Amino acid sequence: MQLFNPTVNYQQPNEEGYYGEYGGAYIPEMLYGNVEELKSRYLEIMNDPTFQAAFHALLKDYVGRPTPLFLAERLSKEIGATIYLKREDLCHTGAHKINNTIGQILLAQRLGKTKIIAETGAGQHGVATATVCALKGLECVVYMGEKDIERQAPNVARMKLLGAKVVPATSGSKTLKDATNEAIRAWINEPDTTHYIIGSVVGPHPYPDMVAKFQSVISEETRKQLKEKTGSELPTHVVACVGGGSNAAGAFYHFLNEPTVEIVAVEAAGHGVHSGMSAATTQLGTTGILHGSKSILMQTKDGQVVEPHSISAGLDYPGIGPLHAYLFKSGRGTFMSATDEEALEWASHLSKIEGIIPALETAHAFAVLPKMNLKPTDVVVVCLSGRGDKDLATYMSNIKM
Amino acid sequence: MSRLSSLFNKKNARVLNVYCTAGFPKLNSTLEVMESLQANGADIIEVGMPYSDPLADGEVIQSSSLVALENGMTLEILFEQLAEMRKTIHVPVILMGYMNPILQYGFERFCAAAKAVGVDGLILPDLPLYEFEHIYGTTIKANELDFIFLVTPETSEERLRKLDALSSGFIYAVSSSATTGKDKDFSKVALYLKRLKAFNLKNPFLVGFGIKDKESFDAVNEYANGAIIGSAYIKALNAGEGINAITKTFLASILK
Repeated sequence: MQLFNPTVNYQQPNEEGYYGEYGGAYIPEMLYGNVEELKSRYLEIMNDPTFQAAFHALLKDYVGRPTPLFLAERLSKEIGATIYLKREDLCHTGAHKINNTIGQILLAQRLGKTKIIAETGAGQHGVATATVCALKGLECVVYMGEKDIERQAPNVARMKLLGAKVVPATSGSKTLKDATNEAIRAWINEPDTTHYIIGSVVGPHPYPDMVAKFQSVISEETRKQLKEKTGSELPTHVVACVGGGSNAAGAFYHFLNEPTVEIVAVEAAGHGVHSGMSAATTQLGTTGILHGSKSILMQTKDGQVVEPHSISAGLDYPGIGPLHAYLFKSGRGTFMSATDEEALEWASHLSKIEGIIPALETAHAFAVLPKMNLKPTDVVVVCLSGRGDKDLATYMSNIKM
Repeated sequence: MSRLSSLFNKKNARVLNVYCTAGFPKLNSTLEVMESLQANGADIIEVGMPYSDPLADGEVIQSSSLVALENGMTLEILFEQLAEMRKTIHVPVILMGYMNPILQYGFERFCAAAKAVGVDGLILPDLPLYEFEHIYGTTIKANELDFIFLVTPETSEERLRKLDALSSGFIYAVSSSATTGKDKDFSKVALYLKRLKAFNLKNPFLVGFGIKDKESFDAVNEYANGAIIGSAYIKALNAGEGINAITKTFLASILK
């Protein structure tokens, strides 16, 4: 296929945004101007030293980076390998999401935008967006599925407290995918002054690449911290959960071109991969186009997008970023999955053996550790993408305490 | 010569293209709606292929698509419904829809099926220029289907010329950068259309998005070769009883 970029570089899609056959910008002409503006300017802006300085200053003083790389001793002993936790849960707002929103708000300012729109599922990205908008004094509108607004009341309150307007997405299945449609439509309807901050490594090119690069600070720090702690920058494995895949893209990024590092992506199996209530996209999906890029997608044989299921709202997305689709297809990444039940067990277990209550999304990543056949010499980095405060209600109703 | 070219050869002003959603309001009403549109004065019929996540559509058309999907509409069924359409439909017929369902059906198979039932052209808003040129365009042309690109007030002249060169049949001029079914300020639209007309494009152009009544239809026809009506017709179908009666009243109100 002519779109294929024969030089395999997992860190940089080709000019048109393709990682292998996945990616691109399948957008209506009404969005062409906005996307083209971003496409032609994002690398130049992001590579500008003054931009980098501003980005890193905020990451340090506002977000609280670098986040620690913590040796989880009791967990290591139990699993039989050395396990480090990259503590994204300690970021301001409680998850890695803010790495991207800080980057994009600075970029939006460089582009002269005065208004920000975003989509959100569980509300984590919405909160991270509302936060940076408050920080920079920009108007903020967050689109959120009507069903998610009901399910995630505390995050809706947080966004409102931060000054954002939360607009219910009432179309389609009224969840994350529909909130994304609504946000893209809103962007079509008021293009000039508005920047759309996508929350994951999805959407039309250049979003997947841009978000991956903002999140790559996770693996950049991990390399340095590992070197200090172990003498080597490289672990044997990096493990992260994948919905759209932004924490995974960030945790994997600086290891993607290191063939000795095994990349492990963990999808949400819901009630079980083949239960009909799952969000394990690579296991159940086929090539398709959603939200402006070609990737792997859960859909009917007629090409209608299927509503996935996961107990974790952050993994409850029918697609996966094109980079991850390529990692899957090329075999560079190992894709595993964890069920709702396993995630709940591990949320509880990690809390008890390490004193860290993880987000439900993150708990999926831990659930695969016993299945990885790890050796005592293995050094594993798990991206602890978020903290569990937002999931307390779910934990209270599902975990025996 | 394609049906679209013949149409524009005979009539190059006030061409009316009306959009309807396949499988809406009833699964088997597709052909009835099309026949009614033809009988009551539509020059072109644009049949929407419903998709769960239609980025360029507004609320009205999206909810009609949802109804159609709930009715069980698929591309397989659509082509069965259209198999005999050329026995009664003589006006050009265009299929409008999104790439994903077509990719699952098979792009080549889709183009071949469209040609076989007598479809004249395609509007695929999320098929970008680059992918059209490098992958899909050849198949579309090989099946003698016209391909209609969208242009907007923000489209640069250079890009406009390129989209015009690659389009055939006509160009779809979006009245403003917005989704379907929004109200428009037609004084701004007029400036844009005047500019568009001055470019002397190879293709005729029809204006869509926001055309909902006689006033807006007349306004854009000062400069354009015609217009496309979608949401307003779907709204009318939603509001009334009896497809033919609604269509007759609706088109009469536009064309009077």
